[in-house]
Amino acid sequence: MSLRALITAREIDIAAELQRVGRSGAVASFVGHVRTDDGVITLTLEHHPQMTETALVDLVRSASERWQLEAATIIHRVGPMVAGDAIVLVATASPHRAAALDACAFLIDRLKTDVPLWKCETLEDGSKRWVEPRSSDAERVQLWA
Amino acid sequence: MASLTLSYFAWVREAMGQPVEQVDLPDSVSTIADLIHWLAERDAAGAAAFADPSRIRAARDGVMAQPDTALAGAAEVSLFPPVTGG
Repeated sequence: MSLRALITAREIDIAAELQRVGRSGAVASFVGHVRTDDGVITLTLEHHPQMTETALVDLVRSASERWQLEAATIIHRVGPMVAGDAIVLVATASPHRAAALDACAFLIDRLKTDVPLWKCETLEDGSKRWVEPRSSDAERVQLWA
Repeated sequence: MASLTLSYFAWVREAMGQPVEQVDLPDSVSTIADLIHWLAERDAAGAAAFADPSRIRAARDGVMAQPDTALAGAAEVSLFPPVTGG
């Protein structure tokens, strides 16, 4: 079983990561992009130097204990990025689709509520605003309690 | 008095004006909640950063903490807003 979880300041190579996760019977994935439609020029992801990557590693390990997985990957980008850039990639591989799909959803849902990362938007006028968490994320993660 | 490293992130760091500092805490400050209250009372920067403790999350030596988590034996506490990754 192959678990891969890391942060990167570089562009995420989605095709390479999906290749890497392999050719199990079922492969599921999620990609989050910087939105193109709300006036944000730059999105900056701040992370915790000691905690962020460890939290991602703990998450994939939790998924592997809960579902029968052959591989699980989380790549989260940090630093500045622009509209259309991939912020995060999650991919899971299992002999069966229920495990792959559920583990994939679990990983992104829990990432949004548990992993130390903070988004800051730079707008057209140069001003900055810190993104606030959504109550819908806190509600949705209860699915996996 | 116990010496503790404090690390700040996101808008907490901006309000505090620095990413990290070393503090000497009175013995009366024994939990995360006590620490937040102490910082809020210490100066204007702390009052701004910690005006609403319900918006603050904490980690003690790299492990997520609760308001009642004890500080005894800790080397470092990180203080930050609720997370917004993904």
